[in-house]
Amino acid sequence: MAVTRQDRPSGWYLAPAVTFFGAFAVLPMVLVVYLSFTSWNGFGFPALTGAENWSRLIEDGRAWDSLRLTLLFMVLTWVVQTPIAMLIGVWAAGHQRNRAVLSSFFFLPLLLSTAAIALLWAAVLDPNFGATQALPFLDGVNFLGNTELVVYTVVWVISWQYIPFHTLLYQAAARQVPQSLYEAATLDGAGRYRQFFTITLPLLKYTVITSTVLMLVGSVTTFDTILILTGGGPGTATRILPLHMYITGFSGFEFGYASAIAVLLLLLGAGLSLAVTSATGFRKMQSQQEGM
Amino acid sequence: MSLRRLTRVTTQAGALVLAGALVAACGSSGPAGGGGGEGGTGQVWALEDAALNPIEEASIERFNEGSDSGELELATFGNDPYKQRLRVALGSPNAPDLFFNWGGGNLKEYVDAGQVEDLTGLLEENPELRDAFLPSVLAGAELDGKNYGLPMRGMQPVVLFYNQAVLDSAGVEVPQTWDDLLAAVDTLNGAGVTPIALAGTQAWTELMWIEYILDRVGGPEVFQAIRDGEEGAWEDPAVLESLEMLRELIDRGAFGDDFASVGYDVGGASTILAQGDAAFHLMGSWEYTNQLNDSPEFVEAGDLGWTTFPAIEGGAGDPSNLVGNVSNFYSLTSSSANKEAAREYLSTALTSDEYISDLIEAGDVPPVQGIRDQLAETENGDYATFIYDATADADSFQLSWDQDLPADEATEMLTQLEQFFLGNQTPQGFVDAMSGV
Repeated sequence: MAVTRQDRPSGWYLAPAVTFFGAFAVLPMVLVVYLSFTSWNGFGFPALTGAENWSRLIEDGRAWDSLRLTLLFMVLTWVVQTPIAMLIGVWAAGHQRNRAVLSSFFFLPLLLSTAAIALLWAAVLDPNFGATQALPFLDGVNFLGNTELVVYTVVWVISWQYIPFHTLLYQAAARQVPQSLYEAATLDGAGRYRQFFTITLPLLKYTVITSTVLMLVGSVTTFDTILILTGGGPGTATRILPLHMYITGFSGFEFGYASAIAVLLLLLGAGLSLAVTSATGFRKMQSQQEGM
Repeated sequence: MSLRRLTRVTTQAGALVLAGALVAACGSSGPAGGGGGEGGTGQVWALEDAALNPIEEASIERFNEGSDSGELELATFGNDPYKQRLRVALGSPNAPDLFFNWGGGNLKEYVDAGQVEDLTGLLEENPELRDAFLPSVLAGAELDGKNYGLPMRGMQPVVLFYNQAVLDSAGVEVPQTWDDLLAAVDTLNGAGVTPIALAGTQAWTELMWIEYILDRVGGPEVFQAIRDGEEGAWEDPAVLESLEMLRELIDRGAFGDDFASVGYDVGGASTILAQGDAAFHLMGSWEYTNQLNDSPEFVEAGDLGWTTFPAIEGGAGDPSNLVGNVSNFYSLTSSSANKEAAREYLSTALTSDEYISDLIEAGDVPPVQGIRDQLAETENGDYATFIYDATADADSFQLSWDQDLPADEATEMLTQLEQFFLGNQTPQGFVDAMSGV
């Protein structure tokens, strides 16, 4: 018995992590769920109003537009970022010196704060004073003022910001692939493309899943870049759900209703990551290198 | 065994955390806070402003030296954090004693929550104090005939600025009426100039247009009815008519094609006006100081002009009416433990010669009587006396709608207005959406 006790550390070792998680994640979530059933403008105490916020949410056309926009963002950012990040990552995994030097340039956006990135792009794309106005083929294109185009502009900026991070994930993962597999494949006569699709890509599967979960959940909470770059505008053209929550809560001071939106976001984020991990068998955590 | 134990430990830890948070939450609602709850130094909260904060600080220091009713202390905050912080602090033990506000509906929310002291008595005891301020400005903190605040900074009416050089080269006169403005828009468009600079990424700049048009068409009573939440106030025909006039202005290309991505900050609407890419710019009176700092050669060449908003023929509103930030006010919290000191400060410091001269020197136009000559002597005397005369002569001075309406209604209105300027919302749709709030 004494021996088995020493096998594992005591459960109390968990206490700091659990305390932290409880105080800064679970407790706020519980409070937000409570607030979503109240009406509170910041004065005095929240007043319980039953499901009023929830029935309002169901009828709120702007919230549904925001949700559709959030999902569109999610899909677009994934479609843009994944292939680019994977290709650069696999390329950067090579040990050639020029690749190491160039990679460090690719990772540069990682060093910039979100606010700096948003302000930078806002200045570059400004229709009156921006750098794009000096380019003959982009002259007159209003990247931030056109309600159709602005969605893609924001996707571009967010991708520019986060591709380096995902590239880093792919680079690390690609370096984990045993060299012997490629040697064997070369002996069997497989070319570069064949090697990529039959060795690299399958072995990157779990990295794809990790990176996908991060992107999906990330786009549910993307907020700072859009707030600074467009403020959700023009009009509501880029008002995604987190921004709608912020404006409702901190401009309109309707904390109860904003909490209902927050709960919806919480469910969306948790649901997505659960769905992705279970649909892909990520949680089985099988080794991909059995027998290596 | 170990799994069960783990679960138990986790549950216990979770319970501990919850209990701790509850204790903490109860604690903070008890009499633990600093601020005004216990007497001591009274807290004065104001909005950050590099030029004005030192003046306010100096005024409080003078008061502390000369008074034996208690001491005050200034704390300043940025714009958005201030509104959030004040909202949470009022009614808590951490509430300030005197707090900065914009008057009107912004103040009404705090008054309705029972957090603001009625100052009518103070003004009745000191009639010379009441008479020291411009009546149209003092009215900005009046609700149901009671006064809840005293003006403490300069007046900031919205003014129509123009670039004289651009008007000259297009052969356009400064518009006196709405029809003049429409004609000027057509002429300027023909000359290839954006008629009006508009910082459309920020809805409050668009707000100035509808405010002035509605005031000229319907008069201040329409604003009053909407603010007081009267049944059908948004359906007043004047609202629809104003929106239709604004629609016509937008559709004529008055604001150009790019306004949706122009900001008010550096490189925005002000620069467009200064560079001669636009002829007009409707903006708060602070625009003058901005132009002076960012484009001094434009101001010094005498090209920056200013005038009041054009009259609208047949409208109910008086052409002397102004909209904008009436002034900023200090209000006293009802839970203050330093009421005596705060009242003494309000009744003596805000109209003292030193304080007023300091404000004038900083470029402000304080809302007090009899300072016209003093303003005329300053470096930008022409402009300062224009603002002073315009406010002194104004029949009514309507507070900016985003401050005057309750926060939730104001937020919705700004969103609707942005959609309206983009052409995604019709005049009737705007009215329907707002009357549904």
